Amino acid sequence: MDQTQIKIKEFLSRFFKNHDLKPDEDIFSLGFVNSLLAMQLVAFVEKEFGVRVEDADLDLDNFRSVQAISNLVARKSGAAAPAAS
Amino acid sequence: MNLELTAEQRRARDDFRAFVAAEIAPHAGRWDREEALPPALVRRLAERGYLGTVVPKDLGGPGMDMITYGILTEELGRGCSSTRSLLTVHDMVCQAIVRWGSRAQKETLLPRLVSGEIVGAFALSEPGAGSDAKGIATTAEPDGDAYVLTGRKRWITFAQIADLFLVFTQCEGKPTAFLLERDTPGLAIEPIRGLLGTRASMLGEMAIDRCRVPADNLVGRIGFGVSHVVAAALEQGRYSVACGSVGIAQAALDASLSYSRERAQFDKPIFDHQLIRALLTDMIVQVRAARLLCYRAGWMRETGDPLAFAETMAAKYYASTVAARAATDAVQIHGANGCSEAFPVERLFRDAKVMEIIEGSTQIQQMVMPRFEFPDF
Repeated sequence: MDQTQIKIKEFLSRFFKNHDLKPDEDIFSLGFVNSLLAMQLVAFVEKEFGVRVEDADLDLDNFRSVQAISNLVARKSGAAAPAAS
Repeated sequence: MNLELTAEQRRARDDFRAFVAAEIAPHAGRWDREEALPPALVRRLAERGYLGTVVPKDLGGPGMDMITYGILTEELGRGCSSTRSLLTVHDMVCQAIVRWGSRAQKETLLPRLVSGEIVGAFALSEPGAGSDAKGIATTAEPDGDAYVLTGRKRWITFAQIADLFLVFTQCEGKPTAFLLERDTPGLAIEPIRGLLGTRASMLGEMAIDRCRVPADNLVGRIGFGVSHVVAAALEQGRYSVACGSVGIAQAALDASLSYSRERAQFDKPIFDHQLIRALLTDMIVQVRAARLLCYRAGWMRETGDPLAFAETMAAKYYASTVAARAATDAVQIHGANGCSEAFPVERLFRDAKVMEIIEGSTQIQQMVMPRFEFPDF
């Protein structure tokens, strides 16, 4: 995992205790994602990576996994994200 | 760590306080009895730059920092909770558009909301859905390049005068937000009167009978109405209600200090009775604690901290309970006078109770907060 993915994993690990989250693991299928996490996740992505999540980015697939969030960050900041590893 | 307000924030506080003392507080009791705010007040608030303060400068707003915004709502809440609630719901709509509105919505609506040309209202609650936002029954059916909205909304603050409603629906079976203009055919609004508190908040019930809105009125995306649009608006609302609650508690404390020094029983001011001092001490400490929680939440919101959502909820939970307790004790200190509308604490008592219910009841927050990951100290 690159630094972006490590930071995303660290943030999500607060909500997925005792679970070693894999980069491409579907966080929705783990059952801990709810509206409390949703806005915190948006705020985290914006503050941590200096990007703005907009209405057009509201797609569950953009937030489905560490890799997906990393891809979103890369797109928003104009860089390419590394593949899951 | 520096917990002091900046010189600019102190100046703003003095400004807000002088305005409220001159133009709001003297009329609050009458507005409460009349169950309405005067139309000129919206214009006056807009002239002062108090509407849509959450709108950033690059979107045509004043871009007020969150601490100053908190001070503004505290000072308004100290003078008149109904006036504070106008800002609360108006700014919730502004915040939802700032956060999740389309570029066109931002460009066309935000300047009009900031100028007070239009008043916004937040239409979530229904006869059968309150705390459980996902239980809303109002529907939005696609129809060509539009959606047809049908349902009922109840307890909508300032529905009697609002021009633009942020309405939450089920669209394709998923929570979805739309903007609904007042003059849309099929929309009827019935005033709700006889409320316990914030009686001048001009609540209404909306009958939405096949109201056709353009597809461009969708806010965010289908399915994100609760998780993102409601969440963003309610975080704004909770912060406003938290700070407004501090204002109520401070007003209760001010009135109690003043009254207890004037009122004599057993040959001395009641201020000199130990049990009264105990009540005053609790009020002093709790008001200060609630204000600090608000400032912390405001600071975290200002800096975009992901945990601001949880901290704002904590501030609202505590400040609203403090307001209710302080207003109850203020009535107790005032005795029979506190039960009369001739004394403002009677209104504060009624208004404070409302704060424990709106923008997430105390019990909902007790259910939710233990699930947050609060940072360790």
